Amino acid sequence: MTLDTVKHAAETPDVKLPWAELGLKEDEYARVREILGRRPTGAELAMYSVMWSEHCSYKSSKVHLRQFGEKAPDNDAMLVGIGENAGVVDVGNGYAVTFKVESHNHPSYVEPYQGAATGVGGIVRDIIAMGARPVAVVDPLRMGAADHPDTKRVLPGVVAGIGGYGNCLGLPNIGGELVFDACYQGNPLVNAGAIGVMRHEDIHLAKASGPGNKVILYGARTGGDGIGGASILASETFDDTKPSKRPAVQVGDPFQEKLLIECTLEAFAEKLVVGIQDLGAAGLSCATSELASNGSGGMRVELDDVPLRDSTLTPEEILMSESQERMCAVVEPEKVERFLAICEKWDVIATVVGEVTDGDRLEIFWHGEKIVDLDPRTVAHDGPVYERPYARPKWQDALQADDANKLARPASSKELREQVLAVVASPNQASKAWVTDQYDRFVQGNTVLAQPEDSGMVRIDEETGLGVALANDGNGRYSKLDPYAGAQLALSEAYRNVAATGAKPLAVSDCLNFGSPEDPDVMWQFAETTRGLADACQILGTPVTGGNVSLYNQTGEAAIHPTPVVSVLGVIDDVARRTPIAFAEEGQLLYLLGDTSEEFGGSAWSQVVHDHLGGLPPKVDLERERLLAEILISGSRDGMIDAAHDLSDGGLAQAVAESCLRGGKGARLVVPDGLDAFTLLFSESAGRAVVSVPRSEELRFTDMCGARGLPATRIGVVDGDAVELQGEFTLPLTEIREAYEGTLPGLFA
Amino acid sequence: MARVVVDVMLKPEILDPQGQAVQRALPRLGFKGIADVRQGKRFELEVDGPVDDAALARIHEMAETFLANTVIEDFFVKVEEEK
Repeated sequence: MTLDTVKHAAETPDVKLPWAELGLKEDEYARVREILGRRPTGAELAMYSVMWSEHCSYKSSKVHLRQFGEKAPDNDAMLVGIGENAGVVDVGNGYAVTFKVESHNHPSYVEPYQGAATGVGGIVRDIIAMGARPVAVVDPLRMGAADHPDTKRVLPGVVAGIGGYGNCLGLPNIGGELVFDACYQGNPLVNAGAIGVMRHEDIHLAKASGPGNKVILYGARTGGDGIGGASILASETFDDTKPSKRPAVQVGDPFQEKLLIECTLEAFAEKLVVGIQDLGAAGLSCATSELASNGSGGMRVELDDVPLRDSTLTPEEILMSESQERMCAVVEPEKVERFLAICEKWDVIATVVGEVTDGDRLEIFWHGEKIVDLDPRTVAHDGPVYERPYARPKWQDALQADDANKLARPASSKELREQVLAVVASPNQASKAWVTDQYDRFVQGNTVLAQPEDSGMVRIDEETGLGVALANDGNGRYSKLDPYAGAQLALSEAYRNVAATGAKPLAVSDCLNFGSPEDPDVMWQFAETTRGLADACQILGTPVTGGNVSLYNQTGEAAIHPTPVVSVLGVIDDVARRTPIAFAEEGQLLYLLGDTSEEFGGSAWSQVVHDHLGGLPPKVDLERERLLAEILISGSRDGMIDAAHDLSDGGLAQAVAESCLRGGKGARLVVPDGLDAFTLLFSESAGRAVVSVPRSEELRFTDMCGARGLPATRIGVVDGDAVELQGEFTLPLTEIREAYEGTLPGLFA
Repeated sequence: MARVVVDVMLKPEILDPQGQAVQRALPRLGFKGIADVRQGKRFELEVDGPVDDAALARIHEMAETFLANTVIEDFFVKVEEEK
């Protein structure tokens, strides 16, 4: 085997390289040749191909994602925005919080346990790379049909993987989502989010500056994980004796990650680190090129010094390996010894693999020969950018014309009662305790709220009670009907969920899951989603701080529903004032806040009762969402409401059932004037919440709503041990509980 | 009764955290000279009836679909002597 050095590449311009097998298009390969002024070496080709992939370069989504910056509202809380490992916001008292959501969809389908586990590991490393201590994780999931046999393979593995990795790290899992839909059968979505906390002065960025500074690789050894692509290069071009296919699966080691967290934070505390980057997708290719291009540009790396788990790895494979639990730090020479000592104390392998140099070239050496010599910006930032064609799908009009308001409604009180139970027991609405009971929700002792509350909440300052709340929402059914409105409804719901707990919404992260960008229908959905989300963030004053795009979630011609998962982070001055969902005090009054109209398009009722998806999603009213949030936050701060639950999928029926079960108390409800029982129970109009108000506070609360112009309608009282809708039906809590809690264990336990 | 043994090992390129933990512990306990440790699973299956081709085919299927996770693990089937 001859080593493909830079010199060799310059002398042999006609050697054929497997650029197509590595996923590069013909014009992209031509551009690489043009940038370098010669053919790339195998190692350079490996780097360009992986860094210019959709996953790393955002080449199809970039032109649309720009809106998040261009339309970003002025927000004093934003400390670090899009482009770094994760966004950072100021939450007061000198604290800053970083949070982000990423996808680990495909690996979790191939190998559910390890795919989901390494998804948690990856997002946690993003958080520590910002200088923060991770304090909580969340996991929004989308699975195929609940009764499909393959869902039984994927979901339990995913849940065990998330629990196994997160629990080992000692991080509470405070929320998430689980939605079943046949459209996710071959493309389940496993999104992983994490929150980290730091002091303002501790923020760290991914850049390598200061010539002479050392580049240190630390954490796990590098093995042959996740290098499907590079093995093509190794086996077909340079060496025919190797196994032709390396698995794309990575196995995580949470204990190693825990050591990495403690070791990194100790090095930060002693101010030993100039720049830092975690190794995720594209491994060392990504870490070296991004660190270098965000700094002055020059870096020299000795690939022989990378600690290996498998000594047969080729340089191309080392550059592309996605072995988990690795980080890369830039450290001043006089601090290297101390940095290495800290790593040794934590039993973490650390090796100086290179240094920052003058100039603007990234040079990588193997056995003393130069195998990479390029401008790191061309790898990390100046990748291809596509203006993919998009067009409103031909089927969109027919879908929207198929109005859900025409569906047969229950003809009798008995049927209405049965439909309430059917909705509450349906897999999407039923209790997710079977999932969340496998996660540790209270480790570290700072969890204030966790699933099934409206948002997760953790305390970050023991002295003052300062805390943060996080909610994740996204309704693919709404987005399928109208992606612009669907994205805004996802944001509205997460924003409302944060406010319902008494926290003030501050900032947004998103994980955008879509089908193939080469399909103009899908690209239109993506364009509409980003436009909708950016517009809504501008109006609500909550900037997007970062996020992730997952494309090609598609089996054959069939794409998943467009699924933007939107996370909203909020802050609460004192977690003791949080609002739970539980109706716990008999005699308290139930008020419905907001306007209810006949909106059933994409609703849970239309899915469960009629297996229908058509019409238009609920109307978006962002000014109303903002007003509702202000009332919910004021009500919580001033002690006017004891419980609040946002109304979303499943409508009031679902919200009341959950709040009653949570508090162990029933409710007597009346249908207010101007509404019918069915619409009251199942409408999914946005901008609504149900609150429980102590009698002594009723006047003060209704006065506040009246003065601010928010409709507040008294719909009943907390009482007894059944949900009773006057003149319609009585549902004992035991019967609701059986329906709500039996479904998931029945399917998966 | 015949015994069939199925050994399940993580594929060579897959990270083995358990094996690594053992390897790190060895020198601490005074056992020197071990360069690498990989840990696997061993299943001992007592077969009713003869171990013929049909029985082995069934055991292969069992190993492939249940005993081993072939995405990350390899398995090896061997028949032990009749007792």
